[in-house]
Amino acid sequence: MFDAETISMLLEGVWDTLYMTLVSTFFSYVFGMVMGVVLVICRKGGIRPCPALYAVLDVVVNLTRSFPFLILMIAVIPLTRLLVGTSIGNNATVVPLVIAAAPFVARLVESSLLEVDAGVVEAAQSMGASTMQIILKVLLPEATPSLINGSAIATTTILGYSAMSGAVGGGGLGKLAIMYGYNRYQTDIMFVTVVLLIIIVQIFQSIGNWATKRSDRRIS
Amino acid sequence: MFLNTEPIIRIEHLEKRFLSKNTEVYALKDINLTIERGDIFGIIGKSGAGKSTLVRCINMLERPTGGSIFFKGKDICGFNDQALRNVRRSMGMIFQQFNLLMQRSALDNVCFPLELAGVSKADAREKARELLELVGLSDRAGSYPSQLSGGQKQRVGIARALATNPDVLLCDEATSALDPPTTESILALIKDINQRLGITVIIITHEMQIIEKVCNKVAIISHGRIAETGAVQDVFFHPRTEEARQLVLPEDIQALRGRRLYRIVFNGRSSFEPVIGNMVLACGCPINIMFAATRDIGGTAFGQMVIQLPEDKAALVRARDFAKESGILLEEMNNV
Repeated sequence: MFDAETISMLLEGVWDTLYMTLVSTFFSYVFGMVMGVVLVICRKGGIRPCPALYAVLDVVVNLTRSFPFLILMIAVIPLTRLLVGTSIGNNATVVPLVIAAAPFVARLVESSLLEVDAGVVEAAQSMGASTMQIILKVLLPEATPSLINGSAIATTTILGYSAMSGAVGGGGLGKLAIMYGYNRYQTDIMFVTVVLLIIIVQIFQSIGNWATKRSDRRIS
Repeated sequence: MFLNTEPIIRIEHLEKRFLSKNTEVYALKDINLTIERGDIFGIIGKSGAGKSTLVRCINMLERPTGGSIFFKGKDICGFNDQALRNVRRSMGMIFQQFNLLMQRSALDNVCFPLELAGVSKADAREKARELLELVGLSDRAGSYPSQLSGGQKQRVGIARALATNPDVLLCDEATSALDPPTTESILALIKDINQRLGITVIIITHEMQIIEKVCNKVAIISHGRIAETGAVQDVFFHPRTEEARQLVLPEDIQALRGRRLYRIVFNGRSSFEPVIGNMVLACGCPINIMFAATRDIGGTAFGQMVIQLPEDKAALVRARDFAKESGILLEEMNNV
């Protein structure tokens, strides 16, 4: 159906997409996890209430999340150039992807941590746990199944963003779909890229579901 | 032998106020309590009376807004976070909803406070196994909380609370989520721990039966104040306040608003004698029994009865005299 060249191009697209998605997810979690934890402990009634910090972070997260990704990508080009040296290619795409996804991850982490029973946190406090011990030994471990579940959602969302980045210089399957399907009317290639994207999402989601279930000690 | 007579906990003029919508609400006001080493001290009150706030002030999960709490002679209200964490390790706490870590096995839950205190993993596990044995759960060490029954979860909670060798065990409605037989077994365990390990126990509850069963002292809390405090038997025999009478007497009897109602408490001796029969013979008039029940206080059965004495003045005096002669305490209930 396709010649060897097209197939290797598609495979490279898959690789580029996976690379952008996973690297961006990783960095989004580095920042998003910290923001999520801060949102939870600094809120009113949290273990270290700090209304000012909470309010600032809350607004920043909301602002970034309401930015349309395509516009954000273009808007941060100067920053991307500063960090990566170029504004096109896979590595360049990671910068706007992380900026767009980290606040989203922060919200996912926040909602996972808020599911942890307040009574368990109180019990830890009654045993003399410090704030850091509560975060590392109570909040994060108790929320692990929910955090894993959230990470599958985050990964698939970032995958979607990465495909969009194909429109303005990003690589991967999104670029192929736009280049061949939109610019050259080669709908067969576009069709294949879409199918590949669907398969990747399915795989991520299945791994997420499996790992969530496996990590949870509440239903065994 | 050195005898430590300093009370383990002394609470003086404790006060906790909350600010809600520009009005100050007192959750606790002028609380004064002394808890001696080895006591099983019950704090009883209706929901909203402030008993949970009080127990949370004792380990400073709630910071009081006034007064002092002396723990082993030191006022802990002025302690900083680090010093408070050490104090909390000397006070184990168990909860109504158990509050176990759901993602940790029973053994690892008991290890948890030891991990927080920086004990090595091997030492923590050894100690945790001993404690699980103490609470009768050695065979469930590897089970997760979701695989345990309510009573088993509370046993894990107790083992966890004891892990750091505390001086005090705080029980916040610890049996309220359990069925009666399980409640019984948990109370027996708490009493056993008190006797074997010499740990002072503070029990928060809304049920008088729990106080009667295990506590030696009781404080009745109502609207954020201590209404009455003393030895459980004293409060049971001579309730001095309205709040105490409400707890000692069942609700349906409180609703009785007849005249000449008297309450009699029977101890072990008088229950062998036909007290009411003799009283009827002595005053020569029928006596109406309005209520009768037995209570188990600290392992001894006590009976209490509410009777209505005759209308005839002379007969009433004779009945009272008879009671005085036979050493039966007749307590008039006209103010109930």
